Amino acid sequence: MSHFIQVLVDGLSNGAIYAALALAIVLVYRSTGLINFAQGGMAVLATFAAYALVRAGTPVVLALLVAIACGFVLGGLLERGVMRRFEGGDPDTAVVATIALLVLLTGISALFFGYEPHPFPSLFPNRTLQLGGVFISLRSIGTIAVLLVVMVALQVLFRATKLGLALRAVADNPNSSALSGLPVSRLLMIGWGLAAALGAIAGVLVAPQLFISPGMLDFILVYALAAAILGGLDSPVGAVVAALFIGVIENLAGAYVDFIGDDLKIAVPFIAVVVILVVRPQGLFGRKVTVRV
Amino acid sequence: MTLLELEDVTASYGHAQVLHGVSLTLEENGASGLLGANGAGKTTTLRAISGTVRTTGRILFEGRDISGLGPDRTAHLGIAHVPEGRGTIGQLSVRDNLLVGAYQRRDRKQIAADIDYCLELFPNLKNRVRSNAAALSGGEQQMLAVARAFMAKPRLILLDEASLGLAPSTARRVYDAIVRLRREAQVSMLVVEQNANLAFSVVDHATVLETGRVALSGSREELMGMDAVRRAYLGG
Repeated sequence: MSHFIQVLVDGLSNGAIYAALALAIVLVYRSTGLINFAQGGMAVLATFAAYALVRAGTPVVLALLVAIACGFVLGGLLERGVMRRFEGGDPDTAVVATIALLVLLTGISALFFGYEPHPFPSLFPNRTLQLGGVFISLRSIGTIAVLLVVMVALQVLFRATKLGLALRAVADNPNSSALSGLPVSRLLMIGWGLAAALGAIAGVLVAPQLFISPGMLDFILVYALAAAILGGLDSPVGAVVAALFIGVIENLAGAYVDFIGDDLKIAVPFIAVVVILVVRPQGLFGRKVTVRV
Repeated sequence: MTLLELEDVTASYGHAQVLHGVSLTLEENGASGLLGANGAGKTTTLRAISGTVRTTGRILFEGRDISGLGPDRTAHLGIAHVPEGRGTIGQLSVRDNLLVGAYQRRDRKQIAADIDYCLELFPNLKNRVRSNAAALSGGEQQMLAVARAFMAKPRLILLDEASLGLAPSTARRVYDAIVRLRREAQVSMLVVEQNANLAFSVVDHATVLETGRVALSGSREELMGMDAVRRAYLGG
């Protein structure tokens, strides 16, 4: 029994990593209407800003705050300087532009810090709790706690604030939003800034476990995208639940299904995602898009 | 006093020039119609005023030149454009659409009262406040679009073919509400409409456009008295 719970707990802590990035994907989707592949690149670059500070002797918490600010500015600048040219055009073109940005940002990170992974200090004490035969690292608990706070904050932002309403409106119909006096360009800039700032949080949370490198989030991005889509793309709660689900099911399958083991376990969550989406195309928590014509 | 004045306004999409020197005026608290065949430039005239198309010439709103200002700026000055094809925000609820309309306002209590007023004006929307706009019927979406414009507490509403694609009885109901809105909210209106009967239920003056130029303008009685106008826009 304690083995089962251990596998479950490890799954949750993996899932927490996916959830961090999935939340950022949901945020940018809600506020710009795009799936943003550059998300991982922005997060890594902002995390490298924190890394540079930590290496210079800054405490991790302070470095995180600076990275969040850097992320916000970086996201805003990318929107203003690059993405604005694609707004109002074909959304597919804009998505391809985000892929180009991902390559560019990864390259910039590598230019300054190289491709090899570097250790990154954790925000939380490096200790492990033992509860009834199950080991839980404080880092996992801390990561999940931060994620839950971020999740609630995003939910409140979108559901209960004027800024959130404006971001949703602009993502859905920029032309009509402008006619109601919404400053569309500025709101999109804020949306990108917030997404990159959240990316910085995600990056700093996962870097201690993954080691920081330009490609740190490439692999995670696949899981995070799956989680965001499974959660319904526009629901912060859905993204977190789906990410934890993916982490857990992957670990359970690896541990308990003999022929799957460590090598095949990556396939399991994706198969589960496909099956669930066949049954519920709008995702677990997504709002069904209804259009009457 | 003159609220809106267009002087020799031209507008083009890329290389295609659609307006060739349109001039018109609208008095404070006035309501004027823009009539004309498809492609005459009615919609483009509204777009020129709200700043969603490139223009030359002068556009004066409350004596201030607003040509070249973007749609968010003209909205700020008190111009609410209800675009052709409704322009509601599909994945937002009816209530959220109305709140987006009130985005520039700070008077929370009055906003809540105005939402109630809109729901009373358009009872169809009342039991659908939580539905996504995209799930509404065509008539309900049009009502929502008009209500959203009203929520901005504008000085001027630009109304583009509110009857488009609606059953005659629905179009009539939309226009009845617009007439009431105009009377009670004291807002000026510039109304584009193919159906002159509907237009003349709101406006007392109209301008007829032909291929991007003003062909004639006059009061309802003057225009109704002209055989050519009656034949073209009133169905005989």
